[in-house]
Amino acid sequence: MFFLIIKRILLGLITLFIVSLITFVGTEVLPGDACTTYLEREAYGAALEACYKRLGLDIPAHERYLSWAYNVIQGDFGYSLSGQMPINEVLGPRVKNSMVLASAAIIIGIPLALILGIITALWRDKLPDITISTVTIFAMTIPEFISATLLILVVAIWLEWLPGIVIVPTDVTVKELLPNIILPVIAIAMIMTAHMARMVRSSVIQVMASDYVQMAILKGVPYWKMVFKHVLPNALLPAINVVALTIAWLLGGVVVTEVVFNYPGLGRLVIESISNRDLPTVQALAIILASIYVSINLIADLLTLMLNPRLKTLQIRK
Amino acid sequence: MEINKAKVNKKKSIFKKISEVLLTMASKPSGFIGLSILVFHILLAFLSPFLAPYDFKAIDPSLMLQAPSSEYWFGTDSLGRDVFTRTIMGGRTALTITFFGSLIALLWGGLLGIFCGLVGGKIDDVVMRVVDAFLSIPWILAMLLIVSLLGTSTQVLIPALGFFYGKGIVRVARAATHDVIAKDFIVSARARGHSNLSIIWNEIIPNVRDAILVEGAMRWSWMLLGFSSLSFLGFGVSPPTPDWGLMISNARGLMSFAYWAVIAPIVGLSSLIIGINLTADAFAKALGIDRSTKAPV
Repeated sequence: MFFLIIKRILLGLITLFIVSLITFVGTEVLPGDACTTYLEREAYGAALEACYKRLGLDIPAHERYLSWAYNVIQGDFGYSLSGQMPINEVLGPRVKNSMVLASAAIIIGIPLALILGIITALWRDKLPDITISTVTIFAMTIPEFISATLLILVVAIWLEWLPGIVIVPTDVTVKELLPNIILPVIAIAMIMTAHMARMVRSSVIQVMASDYVQMAILKGVPYWKMVFKHVLPNALLPAINVVALTIAWLLGGVVVTEVVFNYPGLGRLVIESISNRDLPTVQALAIILASIYVSINLIADLLTLMLNPRLKTLQIRK
Repeated sequence: MEINKAKVNKKKSIFKKISEVLLTMASKPSGFIGLSILVFHILLAFLSPFLAPYDFKAIDPSLMLQAPSSEYWFGTDSLGRDVFTRTIMGGRTALTITFFGSLIALLWGGLLGIFCGLVGGKIDDVVMRVVDAFLSIPWILAMLLIVSLLGTSTQVLIPALGFFYGKGIVRVARAATHDVIAKDFIVSARARGHSNLSIIWNEIIPNVRDAILVEGAMRWSWMLLGFSSLSFLGFGVSPPTPDWGLMISNARGLMSFAYWAVIAPIVGLSSLIIGINLTADAFAKALGIDRSTKAPV
């Protein structure tokens, strides 16, 4: 059990190391360097020299990688070209805003997905299942920018219930965000809920068909007692990992949603720094987003390990 | 008896097999709807240049933002271009690029996955670590980086999309190969002295083909989603080419009074993505592959 956890953490760290190599080599191999790409036509003379010096591009690549990695481990991501300030200062408020958005979506999404998934599984192929499943298919297949645009059109423009575009400075307090944040949260939670509800559904259906549930039914265990005691614990465990993968996959969707709503979070920073060709910030974002992905998966793995008594005695899985 | 049956199955021509699968898919309502939408969109992509009533890039300031009428069925956009024309032509680029992109993804992802599953050991470990690392970079960041540094031409987009969406197929192909590899017929093929290449071609590919194809069909819809998102963000198709993602992003700012210019491309893109999804689901069911518990990675 202990070694298993250590192994998982190590694997996650190796993955992050490879990600850092990929982003570093990627920006290195592609034509142009951070300075020429950023300065474009003004890339000559004193401006170029100054930029090289600031980013340390005048030293060999491997040394630069090592010093960059060393600084990143210590929590220093370097200097943002477009913001003209340390990347950490650019990131701070953005991370906070995105965290508010994501956690609100998760707090709404996960319980809702559980309820919907269980309902659709228990009433399989009946009216509740057919209606909910149809809606979830629509919600999960339609691109984020379409559902977000439709939400703005219907709720903000036609019904005039909520503000459609977030117009707040980046360093806003959570309280000021409140009425603005509702639509983006709905947009993200909708897709997330749809994905997770479908997985919970198939997981519950699988367990319902297993031998021990049939046995419980034959023994005359009351239906709801059977559902809560025998079905759900076994059905929800494997769902944890899949849910983690889904949340991580949705990071990309969060980027698009933030752009649609003009939300000052990490996602919009991704687009802004790529539009501004600010490669140091892009590298920092790649590492941050990949760490989020890796840690969500790690948490899910550990949660499964802790909740599943069968795995506690197991030494090596996979 | 068993041997006879296998022989008969093998003799079936490829066309017969395809038509059988298509019939099974169409026999369920969701599969039928999905297939019809997909066929409709493919036909539209081929025929729309001949069906279009106006020139898709004809700009006319005097016709700005006209509401739908008998003359302009879906109205006009902020540059006075006919929205109907642009909507029926808006799927052509996306369909072409993502179709060839998924073919590339299928090929390299499938082959690398089979190879890793077969050889195992150190090579497999290293490749899978790298694939995992690529999986943990959000698709949008990687695509944006590639596109912003290499440009948005078709020659860049197709291989870039193909490469990026193929990494998930590596895992599926590898897992499918693992399922097959312990079977007796592989062992006997090895005992007969067949080379690795011959085993891959004659024994493994026929057995993992279905799983990989289903995964590829699913990737197609995700790739379409990713490609449209790129266009929407302004990193995909360049104007004035009609493209749904781009049309939505252009018309979005004015949708409080010209909603038609947003609704038409939204219907176009959503219906295509839903069509591909339903088709892929039906395809998986027709081949007997369960993907309901898969996460979208």
